[in-house]
Amino acid sequence: MTQDSRHHEETFISKYVFSLDHKVIGIQYMITSLLFLLLGFSLVLLMRWQLAYPGTPIPLIGPLLPNFMAPGGVLHPVSYNTFGAMHGTIMIFLGIVPLGVGAFGNYLLPLQIGARDMAFPRMNMMSYWVYFLGGVLMLMSFVLPGGAAQSGWTSYAPLSIISPGQTVWLLAMTFLITSSLLGSINFIVTTVNLRAPGMTWFRLPIFVWAQFITALLLLFAFPVLQAGAILQLLDRIAHTSFYIPKGIIVGGKLIDAAGGGSALLWQHLFWFLAHPEVYVLLLPAMGIVAEIITNNTRKPIFGYKELVGAFASIGVLSFMVWAHHMFISGMKTSLSYLFMTTTMLISIPSILILTCYLLSLRKASIRFNVPMLFALAFLPMFGIGGLTGLPLGFTPTDIYLHDTYYVIGHFHYVVVTGTMIALMGGIYFWFPKMFGRKMNMKWGFIHFWGTIITMNGIFFPMFIQGMAGVQRRLFDPTVQAHNIVVQPTNIFMTFSAITLLLFQVPFILNFFISIFKGDKTEENLWQSTTLEWACPSPPLPHMNFAQNPTVYRGPYEYSVPGREKDYWPQGESE
Amino acid sequence: MKHFDLSNYGWGLPLKASSYAYKVDGALSILHWAMFIIFFFWAVYMAYCLINYRQSKSPKAEYTGHGTWKTYITDVLIFVFEVWLLAAVGIPIWAHIREDLPKSGEAVEVHVVAQQFNWLFQYPGPDGQFGNRSAQFVHLRNPLGIDPGDVRGNDDIISINKLYLPMGKKALLKLTSMDVIHSFFIPEFRLKQDNVPGMVFPVWVEPILTGTFEIGCAQLCGSGHYRMRGDAYVLSPEDFDQWTQTASAEMQQHLTER
Repeated sequence: MTQDSRHHEETFISKYVFSLDHKVIGIQYMITSLLFLLLGFSLVLLMRWQLAYPGTPIPLIGPLLPNFMAPGGVLHPVSYNTFGAMHGTIMIFLGIVPLGVGAFGNYLLPLQIGARDMAFPRMNMMSYWVYFLGGVLMLMSFVLPGGAAQSGWTSYAPLSIISPGQTVWLLAMTFLITSSLLGSINFIVTTVNLRAPGMTWFRLPIFVWAQFITALLLLFAFPVLQAGAILQLLDRIAHTSFYIPKGIIVGGKLIDAAGGGSALLWQHLFWFLAHPEVYVLLLPAMGIVAEIITNNTRKPIFGYKELVGAFASIGVLSFMVWAHHMFISGMKTSLSYLFMTTTMLISIPSILILTCYLLSLRKASIRFNVPMLFALAFLPMFGIGGLTGLPLGFTPTDIYLHDTYYVIGHFHYVVVTGTMIALMGGIYFWFPKMFGRKMNMKWGFIHFWGTIITMNGIFFPMFIQGMAGVQRRLFDPTVQAHNIVVQPTNIFMTFSAITLLLFQVPFILNFFISIFKGDKTEENLWQSTTLEWACPSPPLPHMNFAQNPTVYRGPYEYSVPGREKDYWPQGESE
Repeated sequence: MKHFDLSNYGWGLPLKASSYAYKVDGALSILHWAMFIIFFFWAVYMAYCLINYRQSKSPKAEYTGHGTWKTYITDVLIFVFEVWLLAAVGIPIWAHIREDLPKSGEAVEVHVVAQQFNWLFQYPGPDGQFGNRSAQFVHLRNPLGIDPGDVRGNDDIISINKLYLPMGKKALLKLTSMDVIHSFFIPEFRLKQDNVPGMVFPVWVEPILTGTFEIGCAQLCGSGHYRMRGDAYVLSPEDFDQWTQTASAEMQQHLTER
């Protein structure tokens, strides 16, 4: 941002559409990703109907779907696979990551370190628009010839290479990867270079550390997927054979490829990204939880340096565990010992983080407001998600549980009741900062309780199904005997999912109505110490702070003895 | 809906029908008890803090952000427990299930070839030797592509979606695929392993009960993934020998008709 452009008259387009302001870009990311999350969730409702009542027409929506997707209103197996692949892709790459990193990171990271903007505002704008184009392309694939991708969000070769729809998925992924890379470079450079005077590394809020380490993960992991995706694209359009072994016969015909490639190579390249990606989904949420919990316990966070160390070691270790997704893939059995060990190792920092958060509640003075409820719910829910990872990271038990609903339950507990809950708490917490108005907290309570109960209603039965051996990605589970006894859980889960959707209505209305009609917020509504509350709400366009802040102390000086107020902001000299 | 016999299944783990099913289930129960205990203590501690340190009861927080070494006892205990799990449970059971492969002569050898959306099984027949398979010979009447010029293949048995195994004897299954990745899954055996095209991966299993068990596919393999199923019939050793003789004779009958 040059000095001049700040004083230019801003048109509607330059202010709200092609904005260079990190705050506007953050809000663009937020609204786009929330819409994608709603879409990804809606897709799964259609699938859930089929799982609960196989072969029956989907009520209300079924007749509206085009005939090739749902003949007579009944979902087609190919559509089921398509929706499954797109649900995963949309939720992860277009929903959670852009919300956790693109929205919260963009909006808050410069504010929390006392910067006026990101280091590269134009790159920041480009990052959003490349993401937007990737999203549009991903959506367009539904109506392009061949339809959307149908080989799962994991796109295992060679199925992905012989299935229609995959080319557009690969191209769209290229946009999304590019967007993430542009964003991550920006986050890293901003954190390193634009910290306010006095903001030393160990005075950074935990949220900033989380975003910084997330950016490093994105930077190192995504190029590997990009390379892998380009090889897959070449296999599809240039008839190379990176992932195609010799002599593959599909539908009685030898396929037109030289062969000699390896089907497992794709899995290695994919999971080398996709495991760090799990922590990309998780770390920003953990950062948000740290901020909300410290603020509402009114005491310094427990073990600041241990937390930073745990985040950093998760960052490093997350590059050494990818093959625990591949224990039964045909990978050499002795490799499993190494990856089982590293997987147990990475559980240690995760447990440490959870322990620190729990111990932060000790001798506190806890305020139970809506953001705090979400942050508190994160702890046991992420606990379940993390603990159920144990039998999956453990090779003998993974033999049985792999590719069953147990896996689905595990990662939905981590990403939905964990990350998504934390992100929602973050929205309630920082909404007044972003829009200068408050959300209605009574509806917030209703939204919280409805959401947390129904989410458990969806995901907990998945463990029961997994124990019974129900495989994932089955269009109709009832054609296999071992799935039938537990089939009633599917009906329960489907109605929980529908109820979950209904409970999002108050949130959506609350969000949009409050932007325009909410009560005006007071300055520093939550009596917080970090720098984002030292500027007006919303912060000044392109400037953030009326005066450049200076930092005098650590981020969580709450209840300091001998002071009148129970919080001591980082930017106050006395 | 097809009518199945559901007596092997219930809420929870299915019937244990292989020699290592007990070990897998044992590991599952150790882990789940440990998970439950850890979660229980977390939850109790959290509930205690939330009730005891709510603002109305505890208006002033204590200005501390550190603990003593005692606060890390739980983490250390969990770490020690995990090391024990690795050494005493994880590594030995995995080694037993995946690396204690029986030698060729000691076991019934079956080639398990997955295909969209069927399980094809090749048995060596009375001569104990497999005929070579090659993609170029695959057609409707020779689904596995057994080389017609290879005499070892003349008495081979080909079975579609029906796996026959003798009880109480180890079976060596060599998994591969003709098209995409599938995953060979028999819940009652606690056996699951991907069939990868271009690779042959050996696994073993020792059935300990006679009966019929279900074979499912656990890896997304296309639009018919959900209906890719088969049955494993575990017979007494005498019945199995009987079956081998009859099935091989039938196959040779087909061969002459061909």
